[in-house]
Amino acid sequence: MSRRGDWVYENNGGTCVAIAGADYCVVAADTRLSVGYSILTRDHSKICELADKCVLASSGFQGDIKALHKNLSARELLYQHQHNKRMSCPAMAQLLSNTLYYKRFFPYYAFNVLGGLDSEGKGCVFTYDAVGSYERTGFSAQGTGSTLIMPVLDNQLKSPSPLLLPARDAVTPLSESEAVDLVKDVFASATERDIYTGDKLEIVVINKAGTKREYIDLRKD
Amino acid sequence: MAGAMDLPAKGGFSFDLCRRNAMLAEKGLKMPGFRKTGTTIVGLVFQDGVVLGADTRATEGPIVADKNCEKIHFMAPNIYCCGAGTAADTEAVTDMVSSQLQLHRYATGRESRVVTALTLLKSHLFSYQGHVSAALVLGGVDVTGPHLHTVYPHGSTDTLPFATMGSGSLAAMSVFESKYKEGLTREEGIQLVSDAICAGIFNDLGSGSNVDVCVITKGKTEYLRNHQLPNPRTYVSSKGYSFTKGQTEVLSTKITQLKPKVEVTESDAMEE
Repeated sequence: MSRRGDWVYENNGGTCVAIAGADYCVVAADTRLSVGYSILTRDHSKICELADKCVLASSGFQGDIKALHKNLSARELLYQHQHNKRMSCPAMAQLLSNTLYYKRFFPYYAFNVLGGLDSEGKGCVFTYDAVGSYERTGFSAQGTGSTLIMPVLDNQLKSPSPLLLPARDAVTPLSESEAVDLVKDVFASATERDIYTGDKLEIVVINKAGTKREYIDLRKD
Repeated sequence: MAGAMDLPAKGGFSFDLCRRNAMLAEKGLKMPGFRKTGTTIVGLVFQDGVVLGADTRATEGPIVADKNCEKIHFMAPNIYCCGAGTAADTEAVTDMVSSQLQLHRYATGRESRVVTALTLLKSHLFSYQGHVSAALVLGGVDVTGPHLHTVYPHGSTDTLPFATMGSGSLAAMSVFESKYKEGLTREEGIQLVSDAICAGIFNDLGSGSNVDVCVITKGKTEYLRNHQLPNPRTYVSSKGYSFTKGQTEVLSTKITQLKPKVEVTESDAMEE
């Protein structure tokens, strides 16, 4: 890939996770920014609050991610002016999908996880690929550590098999504190084995009372 | 084709499959990766001998394959060697030269010299034209005094007062260039080596986990495995995990007996 002279992307590493609960949503991402084998900064947030009940976490090429977050924030502000209310999470989910597909032939190198509360106040998580294919799920992980984290979440969050009929609701029965504990443990494990994940973990919890932010230290090696 | 396969392999590399591999790679087949050690390895000469240091992370691409591997290899009681590059290559080449040195000690009746190990390593690596991907920091103390050398995969060597190799070598060298001076004491030497390895551990993504140190002086070698452990696990869930039956969804079950059941009946013991 890098033999061609026209490769314009780079992967800045990092991992994002989101878990939906009955009346809360947890969105978390590490804060390490890297390029190649070097660390650029240990203190970079991958999380963007787009609306009061809607939070986006993205990993991949930070140049494209900054542009994407800026684009979506601007669109949300326009929506507020036109409709006199903030965008709901499912509405933002559709907007993000359309924004990504708009650049289908020169994509945003961004792997996104959108989390928040839907119009009924239940937790929702939307997971995306780089060109806008999306799905509402109960939990998701994206980024360099996603392959290490997803199997653990699949096992612990009692996700009903997608092959079962009738289709079952994916929201986890865990309490908010249990979900946060799981996220911390799963990131500590991913940090052990993925060189691009580490330094600090930023956890954002959204519930009907509002948004809460927490930081915990991860391995710095 | 009858006689072609009969000759036993003479050893060394066989390049027979290279053309096939190139054809497959062109068709889009991904070649399997080698495990490289990522790595920060260092060595320095102090007033009484040499100090070697290494991190303990082994990587397979972006994944940590071993969190606490040993990169300081035994060559002789008075000579140790740190290895960076492909893990299998560093292990194999140091084991091989270590055996050769032992046979040489029996033949000569003397303690091994560092230049002997150096010559054996460099001639082996040169003859493989860089295909044996081993980058080494060789250090020891013999009758001629303390010695420190670097050995590169193509077979070139340098003789230096302080040296670093591996992906974290720049981070470690920046520490050495700032703080190294001649005539360091044992404690200063160990501290400087640890600082250099820590620089690699925290600033290079290919290096991590713990610091191994080896101090070689006239008549005594101390291998300080895990001299520093600056990276404990940050969070352990107090809730723990249980993997009960039924937690993973079973979609269907089918049991096939491997052998038909055999009936065992009481019978007389066999006659001798």
